[in-house]
Amino acid sequence: MYAQMITSEATPDDPDKLAAFQARIDAGERIEPKDWMPAGYRKTLIRQIGQHAHSEIVGQLPEGNWITRAPSLERKAILLAKVQDEAGHGLYLYCAAETLGVSRDELTEMLLDGRMKYSSIFSYPTLTWADMGAVGWLVDGAAIMNQVPLQRTSFGPYARAMVRICKEESFHQRQGFDIMMKMANGTPEQHRMAQDALNRFWYPSLMMFGPSDSESVHSEQSMRWKIKMNSNDELRQKFVDQTVPQAEYLGLTVPDSDLTWNDNKGGYDFTGPDWSEFFEVLKGNGPCGTERIEARQKAWDDGAWVREARLAHAAKKRAAKVAAE
Amino acid sequence: MSNEWPLWEVFIRGQHGLSHRHVGSLHASDAEHALQNARDVYTRRKEGVSIWVVPAADITASAPEDKGSLYDPADDKVYRHPTFFDIPDDVGAM
Repeated sequence: MYAQMITSEATPDDPDKLAAFQARIDAGERIEPKDWMPAGYRKTLIRQIGQHAHSEIVGQLPEGNWITRAPSLERKAILLAKVQDEAGHGLYLYCAAETLGVSRDELTEMLLDGRMKYSSIFSYPTLTWADMGAVGWLVDGAAIMNQVPLQRTSFGPYARAMVRICKEESFHQRQGFDIMMKMANGTPEQHRMAQDALNRFWYPSLMMFGPSDSESVHSEQSMRWKIKMNSNDELRQKFVDQTVPQAEYLGLTVPDSDLTWNDNKGGYDFTGPDWSEFFEVLKGNGPCGTERIEARQKAWDDGAWVREARLAHAAKKRAAKVAAE
Repeated sequence: MSNEWPLWEVFIRGQHGLSHRHVGSLHASDAEHALQNARDVYTRRKEGVSIWVVPAADITASAPEDKGSLYDPADDKVYRHPTFFDIPDDVGAM
């Protein structure tokens, strides 16, 4: 998802405290920043919320790519508002991570030097305007699938950030589908662009949920701690079942010749993505991997004087106030 | 110098998982004292699971007369609401 392949670690904590902690989680209580928590819970959450935040921030890049080239002023204003929301989501999440004792600067540095990741999906390029439709429809659709259950996650600040985010996310998916409807029902050329966007974003969207449960070694601990609410395969299945009829509605074809409805399981049988590609992309070797981190590095470097200037100005105002008193 | 205890704003988390909500204020000599007083003044009926106290002097508030410049720009951005987009019912929840 926006957080993929999160290593979850058990830590040597006092067994009595651990048992009491697990009992709180099992009882559906929320853990708050100042409560006692196992070191592994804290570390895993910093990694997960941090990666989620980085994904929101890096996720602005593929869409920001089309702001100046949106086909109408209205589409441009809408896309701008959506990208602005992604920045907001990143900020909610960074703040939630910071309640666990990591600083914003540390999180940013870990993204830039590769110690922390962002979702594999944002390493793919956005080549045509139809991609704005596909991203909203598929990528935000997949994100919603994961984020809705996370509203009940055990860590209070993360759960509350998710509530805000989910409220705003619905606009994102609907604006994407709205673009897809326009394109799919437009000229033959527009229809072809819509199909091409679906072709390119289908498998990367399936990758968003992370590797199959059988290979997802860290899921069990995270699920016990309720920082992962559903298995990767479960969410991926749900996404396919929801999305295939939407593609049919659009008159588009999901690029999977083995896609068939399975009556027994009440869901579709489908081809999984190429996991070797996923691991390469996650390592930073995706089509736009280098470009994305370069863009973030540039924003960080170019913004340095603004961060310094604000602090200098605040210090000056403080000094003036003291002098006046 | 005044010997009056400073003012504190009190925030209570009503239930697990909810945000703290402002419930009122009180006077106290320091933060620990403010917590004790908050407990007595605002949670006599188990109103909450957690209390925050913040010195009132440390709160910066927006001015009511800034309402226009702060919030009016959202008026012509109705597309931020999901209902702006007409999505057919057949497509399912979105």
